[in-house]
Amino acid sequence: MTAKSFIRLVVFALSSFALADAANAHPHVWVTMKSELVYAPDGSVTGVRHAWQFDDMFSTFATQGIESKKKGEFTREELAPLAEVNVTSLKEFDYFTYAKANGKKTPFAPPKDYYLEFSENMLTLHFTLPFKAPVKAQSLDVEMYDPSYFVDFSFADKDPVALVSAPSACKVAIARPADASTLPAPGENLANNYGSQFANKISVKCP
Amino acid sequence: MTSFVGGRRILLTFAAGATLIVALAIIAGLIDTALAQGNPFGGPRPPAGGAPPPAADGIVGWLLAKQAEFYRSFSGTIRAAKTDGSAVWTLFGISFAYGVFHAAGPGHGKAVISSYLVANDETWWRGVVLSFASALLQALVAVLVVGILAALIGATRAAICKASDWIEIASYALIALMGARLTWVKGRSFLATLRAKPAAHDHHEHRHDHGHHQHDHHGDHHHDHAGHQHAHGAATCTAGHDHAHDHGHHAHHHHDHDDHSGHSHGPEPQELAGPGGWHRGLTAIIAVGLRPCSGAILVLVFALAQGLFWAGVVSTFIMGLGTAITVTAIATLAVSAKGLARKLAGQKSGMGSLMLRGIEVGAAVLVLVFGVALLAGYLATERLVGVC
Repeated sequence: MTAKSFIRLVVFALSSFALADAANAHPHVWVTMKSELVYAPDGSVTGVRHAWQFDDMFSTFATQGIESKKKGEFTREELAPLAEVNVTSLKEFDYFTYAKANGKKTPFAPPKDYYLEFSENMLTLHFTLPFKAPVKAQSLDVEMYDPSYFVDFSFADKDPVALVSAPSACKVAIARPADASTLPAPGENLANNYGSQFANKISVKCP
Repeated sequence: MTSFVGGRRILLTFAAGATLIVALAIIAGLIDTALAQGNPFGGPRPPAGGAPPPAADGIVGWLLAKQAEFYRSFSGTIRAAKTDGSAVWTLFGISFAYGVFHAAGPGHGKAVISSYLVANDETWWRGVVLSFASALLQALVAVLVVGILAALIGATRAAICKASDWIEIASYALIALMGARLTWVKGRSFLATLRAKPAAHDHHEHRHDHGHHQHDHHGDHHHDHAGHQHAHGAATCTAGHDHAHDHGHHAHHHHDHDDHSGHSHGPEPQELAGPGGWHRGLTAIIAVGLRPCSGAILVLVFALAQGLFWAGVVSTFIMGLGTAITVTAIATLAVSAKGLARKLAGQKSGMGSLMLRGIEVGAAVLVLVFGVALLAGYLATERLVGVC
């Protein structure tokens, strides 16, 4: 009786472990991305230009209480303060964009040319992330993801990535989260980087 | 032979109690945090959202996927409800399912309520009442925040986020205070039990299942009023008052008994906590129930924008029902585990009673730790992160 009771207790405890392990919340924001890599005439990459479309629930929440001339519609000017807020708060998260040139981490400078658009109930944030220094590399990888997975990023279905003014020899490939190529290399510490499993990756190879 | 069996029971009780405490800590994500980061309370503030678990598959991944799936279908269903009335029923169904799955994630007071129930040695019915009351309060707070700020005042997201922040801090502070008071009370009870003169005869744990007639009035109200408990538990508002009445009775009788027997037991938990059981429960309900579910807030704002605020309100309360069920399930685990520990401790020695008081102190400390950790921002709870 005692042993059976104790076993029951252990089973209870273990089942609470199982439930408890869902200690992460689900994403509250879904972003559909279109990104462009912008090149200079000399063939170096000057930066990444993003167009991030937010889901309708978040878009409605974000625009809550914003004055607009026409109800349900917002102009760029009306959304300008919100764009400012967005870009400022993204800084803390490194804009969820991580670049590696020839395997080396490549930092970005603060964003420019940013604005918000609102159409069909969805906000789209446009912004450009210039590299601190233009990048000339044989391989350039750019990944977008939220390490803690509160924001779910995914490439748009059609033509999500483009190279702008790039040398014709450069080839671009994209990898979506389901692809094996975005899984972290063996040995990489996943503990603080849960969201990296959902990374969207742009890989550019230039000879 | 007796002492060997007694010793084995002590060991089992201790093991059971330790398992219970560890389980509660894991529920709160404390141990997850520690494993993931090495030093959660000394290290820098974790990234937005706190410490994530390592795996995306298995039960974790499935729960997350299900939550996200239901959450994403809210907007489409609400919009459909504008033209198609029957879509509201789908909306309510999704809300319920979302509440059930969502409560399996961080927040919603599972760990705090479970620890509270263990520390205060509450019955299962009390656990059900606490779970439902706090879940429904969470729904009410969400409705009030959005109703007042968004619908009435037309305030911005920033205002809603700020209000949520303040409410969050209040909730966590209450939890910490509650935990501090519980630790104080249970700590004293433990020490008193420790100091109590070892009885010459068998020292029975008062919740023992088969009746001791001379102990009837001395024991706790759970033992005597097992039948009444069910009736009390059913009505949220009246339950507390009946308990208060019981406590008054038993405190009185307890003193009589002591005078007769000439030996002292540790003071009864309800004695130390004092009469007014519903006061205690109310604090727990408010502490846990204050902080609204962020998913509910987003749904309410969206429903408001679509001109279907009332549907959003009903949705939110149905979500609360779903949440309540999941929290009740976890609370049931906690109460059953405690009951098991009590049974194991009950038979022979005074050590059993001491072990139980020890478990209660452990659970009380956990509530305090949860409150402080939440305040310090180290625990990953469900917040309006990424949105606010």
